Amino acid sequence: MSDPRDAPSSGATPGAGGAAPGAPLLEIADLRVTFATGDGVARAVDGVDLVVQAGETVGLVGESGCGKSVTALAVLRLVEHPGHIAHGSRVRFEGRDLLALADRDIRAVRGNHLALIFQEPATALNPVLTIGSQIAEVIRTHQHGSRAEAKRRAVEMLRTVGIPDAEQRADGYAHQLSGGMRQRVLIAIALACRPHLVIADEPTTALDVTIQAEILELLDGLQRQMGMAVLLITHNLGLVAERTRRVYVMYAGQLVEEAGTEALFSAPLHPYTQGLMAAVPRLDQLRERLAAIPGQVPPATAWPGGCRFHPRCPFAFDRCRAEMPPLLECGEGRKARCWLVEERASEHADARTSEPADERTHDGRRGSESRSL
Amino acid sequence: MTEQVRLSDGTLVRPLLDVADLTVHFHRRTGLFGSHREIVQAVSGVSLAIGHKETLGLVGESGCGKTTLARTVLRLVERTSGTVRFDGQDLHALAPAELRRMRRRIQIVFQDPYASLNPRLTIGAAIREGLTIHKLAEGAAADRRVRELLDEVGLSADAADGYPHEFSGGQRQRAGIARALAVEPELLVCDEPVSALDVSVQAQVLNLLMDLQARRGLSYLFISHDLAVVRHVAPRVAVMYLGRIVEEGPAEELYARPRHPYTQALLSAVPVPDPVSKRPRIVLPGDPPSPVNPPPGCPFHPRCQHPGKDAMCSEVRPELAERAPGLRAACHKG
Repeated sequence: MSDPRDAPSSGATPGAGGAAPGAPLLEIADLRVTFATGDGVARAVDGVDLVVQAGETVGLVGESGCGKSVTALAVLRLVEHPGHIAHGSRVRFEGRDLLALADRDIRAVRGNHLALIFQEPATALNPVLTIGSQIAEVIRTHQHGSRAEAKRRAVEMLRTVGIPDAEQRADGYAHQLSGGMRQRVLIAIALACRPHLVIADEPTTALDVTIQAEILELLDGLQRQMGMAVLLITHNLGLVAERTRRVYVMYAGQLVEEAGTEALFSAPLHPYTQGLMAAVPRLDQLRERLAAIPGQVPPATAWPGGCRFHPRCPFAFDRCRAEMPPLLECGEGRKARCWLVEERASEHADARTSEPADERTHDGRRGSESRSL
Repeated sequence: MTEQVRLSDGTLVRPLLDVADLTVHFHRRTGLFGSHREIVQAVSGVSLAIGHKETLGLVGESGCGKTTLARTVLRLVERTSGTVRFDGQDLHALAPAELRRMRRRIQIVFQDPYASLNPRLTIGAAIREGLTIHKLAEGAAADRRVRELLDEVGLSADAADGYPHEFSGGQRQRAGIARALAVEPELLVCDEPVSALDVSVQAQVLNLLMDLQARRGLSYLFISHDLAVVRHVAPRVAVMYLGRIVEEGPAEELYARPRHPYTQALLSAVPVPDPVSKRPRIVLPGDPPSPVNPPPGCPFHPRCQHPGKDAMCSEVRPELAERAPGLRAACHKG
């Protein structure tokens, strides 16, 4: 391949592109997406700030309806009617404001430097086009070259993602493939133009666990080889733990916590994150009883006032019902949208100026963990 | 027929459900105008037993035959050969009237509660249906029973007047469980009961199922693709691959020291929510073979990563053999 981006990458800044040196690859600021519904306006994404640096893998985790997929669609400007990206939202990618680009220009970004891998391999492929032509189309759209050259690269991509008999498969159709093979084809399409950022929205949720492992190993290998960044959107805490360095946790349209992956799993700060972790049955530890989070996620047309998690939170107090907490800084690269964090931080400050550290915590975790605030 | 079933704690009891050498094959027409006929070997020679008040977990990936097995246990699907005995009686040999009576004692909870709840019936009417059919209660007594059942699964009494679409996934699953419980079953076949639910709600439903078991002395055949969920609910687990049980035994032993290379790969593939854990991963090449054309010898041999794999694996099908007290695996090398 002759693409200059093929040059062995240090893995550090392959996507520096047009961005200022040191600027993040992707920067989402105050992203708001609303949907007009019969029940009123759904604020599906409500003020999300998120950053992805070149080459890194970042997780965006949350349950259904939290707004994580809509966030992905909004970045690529794929939110469809009746959805609307609110004025004032900003999405900068490689220094360009994607929300301000002309339609033609956003099309040039999509699938080129910025690619999306969907959840549903069954519906994301065109049933009446051959697999090879779907990959070649992406290549020809973004990188000039002959039809034959595009076809050759399509076959090469199929080989790269581990599809056996790539030449024959290129002339086949999606329905002839298993779920795992279709997901490989989607990865081939997403990576055909060697993107700098891949947004993978539940890329393996529809797949069996052994196939999931295979696909994720493949993605990992390709990421190392191409030096791209990955924003992994998932509900699966195991995947986040295993595959990401940094995590954003989303609940009810907002980010509720942001942390390095190890820090998040060793001491989650937000009661929602704590609740999620306690609710998952685990292979590596036997739990007598799962700590279920009571109630359910409210509809996006009726987010609760104050902290949106307060009706389900075991620690909620008056302020939580009255006033929405901001994302509060709590240590290096850590933020949490919880009034308790603020309280703990001030306790910590008090403790530092007065007597031995107060071991009392609000969630029963060891005091030593909360002292790292 | 299995005389006794060994529980995870080693005690032997008479089985409530006893599946012996069960085979279910489907004929399927494919090709243009259905000109081509093929046989799907969904379940092949499966034997398993469940004791009173016991949970047997059944894990396997899509297409392994676990759902067909569940449906055959309820005789929603006819067997090709073998027996399914419930409390000593072969369900597949019963006359229709007897089968109906027997069905009261075995109920199913589906992954998608829509499958068991008629969208045009209120939740209350759906629960009453079973009471009426099996002549368990009528009139005011039935109303009272419906309220009790709703309360038992954690729904409020006014849920009886709602339609399935008015509820969240978790609430619908609770209603599906209430419907199944209405006829006082002894065995509940749970087919991926929490797979469609979010983590926080999944935990609620799992806790509910475990509470109900403790309270009512239910037996469960608990089917799931999620090994962590099965680990949580089932003290005894069977692993299915391509229509066959490849390993079966006490969960603790099976999860700690899996003997079959497929079980090993399956367990190693599950991501664990612990960023510092470094578990070796066995990545299996390719997809499972089609149950239309299962490979000769060991069904797993084409993907098997066992270093000792040899010609025997591709020629002779290994039988389940005891490897530890109560633990059986079907592998020549394990």
